[in-house]
Amino acid sequence: MIEVRLFATLREGRGKIQMLNASEFACAGDIIRHLDIPTEEVAILLINGFHQKPETPVKDGDIVALFPPVGGG
Amino acid sequence: MESRYERNIPALSEAECTILKEKRVLVVGCGGLGGHLIDMLARIGIGAIRAVDSDVFEASNLNRQLLCEVPLLGVSKAQAAAERVRRVNPEVDVEAIVTLLTEDNVRTLLKGFDAVLDGLDNIQSRKILAKACSEAGIPCIYGAVSGWVCQAAVSMPGDHLIDLLYPEEATLKDKSVLSFTPSMCASMQISLCVKLLVGRPVETGTLYYFDLLHQEFETIPMV
Repeated sequence: MIEVRLFATLREGRGKIQMLNASEFACAGDIIRHLDIPTEEVAILLINGFHQKPETPVKDGDIVALFPPVGGG
Repeated sequence: MESRYERNIPALSEAECTILKEKRVLVVGCGGLGGHLIDMLARIGIGAIRAVDSDVFEASNLNRQLLCEVPLLGVSKAQAAAERVRRVNPEVDVEAIVTLLTEDNVRTLLKGFDAVLDGLDNIQSRKILAKACSEAGIPCIYGAVSGWVCQAAVSMPGDHLIDLLYPEEATLKDKSVLSFTPSMCASMQISLCVKLLVGRPVETGTLYYFDLLHQEFETIPMV
C-alpha cells in the first residue's frame, strides 16, 4: 500500500489520509490524477519526506505527501 | 545595555544585540506579513529597515494587517510602516519606498542589505525577488500565508527554493487569510532572520509549514 497524506485545502472532499494499492500507480503523478487534484493545485510533492517530481516512481510502502500552493502575504 | 533592550537578554547576548544594530534588512511587502515583520524588527533593535510597498490600506486589510487602522485607510502601507517604526524605536534607521517591486528596480532596492524579508502576496513578485537575491548573494527569508496555513524558510543564494515551492503551473486558489496566520508566519521568519544575522546555526532550504486549523507542523527538507 501507499499512504497518501493530504494537506490544507487538498483535504476538502478527500480526507486527510488515503491508503492506495501500490500496484495501480507507476508514479506520483498517477496518484495525483487518481485523486482528481488539478496539477496547478499541487505545489509540494514529498515521497518519504523528500521533495520529488510527479514523474518520480512510487512503490509499496511509500508515503506520499501533497501540499497546495501557499502564496499570500 | 539600555533599558529598551533589557528583555532581549539573555535570550540574545549583548554582543548579538550590538550585531543586530549594525544590520540592514529590506522588507518587501508591508501588508499582512510585512506589518508584523517590520514591527518585530524595530522592537528587537535592527539597525536599518527599508520598507517597500506600492499599495495603500483598504478596508479589506483590516481583518489581518497589523498596521491597518480605520484612520489609515487610503494611506501608503510603506509610509505607515516607517511611521510605526519611528514610534516604536526611533533608533532604527527606517526608509519607506512607495513602489512596486519589478525586474527593473529590484537590484537597486536590495543593494547594501544584509538580508531580505519576503512579505509579498503573489508568486510572480516572489520569483523576481528570489532571483535578484540569489544573484546579489543576499539571503532571503521567505514567508507565505493562506487561510489557516503558513510556511516560512531561509533561501540562500543558488538554492532555487522559490522555484521548488512554486512550479510553473501553480496558482493560488485560497485568497483568504485569517488574523492570526500572518503573525505566526512573521514570527518564524524573524526568528530565522535574527539567527542568521547574529551568526547562529540556522537550517537553510528547509520549509517550516504550519496548519493552524489542524495544529499540524511539518519540517520539510526542500533542497
